[in-house]
Amino acid sequence: MKPVAFEYCCPDSLEEALQLLVEFGEDGALISGGMSLGAMLNMRLVRPAALIDINRLEELARIEIKADEVTTGALVRQAIAMQSDKLASTVPLLMRALPYVGHYQTRSCGTLGGSVAHADPSAEIPLSIVTLGGSVTLRSMRGQREVAASDFFHGLLTTDRKADEIITALTWPTSVAQTGYSFKEISQRHGDFAIAAVAAKVTVSNDEKIKDLSLGLGGIEDRPFVVDTSSFLGKLANTETANAIASAVAETVSPMVDLQANADYRRQLVRVLGAGALVDAMVDATRQRGTA
Amino acid sequence: MRRVKSDHKQRVSLIVNGKSYSGFAQPRMLLTDFLRHELNLYGTHVGCEHGVCGACTIIIEGVATRSCLRYAVQCEGLEIMTVEGLAKSDGSLNRLQQAFNDNGALQCGFCTAGILMSATKFLQENSAPSEDEVRDMLSGHICRCTGYTQIVRAIVQACEQ
Repeated sequence: MKPVAFEYCCPDSLEEALQLLVEFGEDGALISGGMSLGAMLNMRLVRPAALIDINRLEELARIEIKADEVTTGALVRQAIAMQSDKLASTVPLLMRALPYVGHYQTRSCGTLGGSVAHADPSAEIPLSIVTLGGSVTLRSMRGQREVAASDFFHGLLTTDRKADEIITALTWPTSVAQTGYSFKEISQRHGDFAIAAVAAKVTVSNDEKIKDLSLGLGGIEDRPFVVDTSSFLGKLANTETANAIASAVAETVSPMVDLQANADYRRQLVRVLGAGALVDAMVDATRQRGTA
Repeated sequence: MRRVKSDHKQRVSLIVNGKSYSGFAQPRMLLTDFLRHELNLYGTHVGCEHGVCGACTIIIEGVATRSCLRYAVQCEGLEIMTVEGLAKSDGSLNRLQQAFNDNGALQCGFCTAGILMSATKFLQENSAPSEDEVRDMLSGHICRCTGYTQIVRAIVQACEQ
């Protein structure tokens, strides 16, 4: 349980970090909180030639609130995000997801960007940003680019990030009026990897109909994804519709099979958690309207 | 920029429990191993070495941290608190440790050092937690002896006093 020998580099600026990524390419591993990478290093599942420690790049730890979007630097710690009043009012879904991310002792170090870079299929932060239709900003010596979160995750621990790139920030669309959110998951023990996780965002119109809907699933397939629910737009926002959506969605997914659960069980979790999350989000949306 | 070659034993200086220490570490040396084998501070225990069991939890720069997921070279110049820093200067137990003692909150004691450090930081942030909040914090630790009931009781008692 000791990692392979690696060179340690601690850049003082983003520029230096980018140069190191050019120097080491695929053999360089970026480390921030190290809550996932540290475990993989110790188990020798990854064997980098160099560890590039970005923990001192304070420029990546900022939270910026703009009119219709919020940008969180890649190095924002999960615990800091959880305590942020600004994020609570602008990105409510993330706030509902964060308590499920690991434990008190790992959220203190783990970062938002690190979780997205790691791309575990059951991870809560990737699921949240995909459900909200956010984006990932990457930088390299070649320049900067922004990738839609839905295109960023390619599969198990695999993303659109090239070897010379670093995630600098995540962009989250700000919460809009009459919209409610919910996040639910099942794991063997709170804080463990989700067997299934569901994130819901529902906009309810004044006549109690579903105006907009985004239902994201995690832990089901090899990456987080939003399911097609377009045929339910305009339907009444009630328990019956929520059950109908979740049941329909459960038939379309191709759940992975592992030691924790078989495909049928995961499909059943999509039905139960999906319906529950949709109802919660509808109630939340109605509450938003009440206070507006 | 600081760079340490993979086979180089780098001098690492840091502050542990208010005292300056230094030792040598190759980049791949875990902070847990550095504390124990270089600094001879055996209070921090090594459990799973992949961040799950919580036995190695210490406080780094005011943050409760798994020391098995940190490498010693990352900690140059940082301020660390370990279980050795809890007792009062005359060697008597502090309030939290005493509460663990009073409530039988440990049997084999392997997980205790980590739990004490988590609880220390947790109580600094939340001086009157509910039992549910204590249990949520404890979910980051594995204890195979107590069944957690006594640990929860001890932490709640420590903040009532």
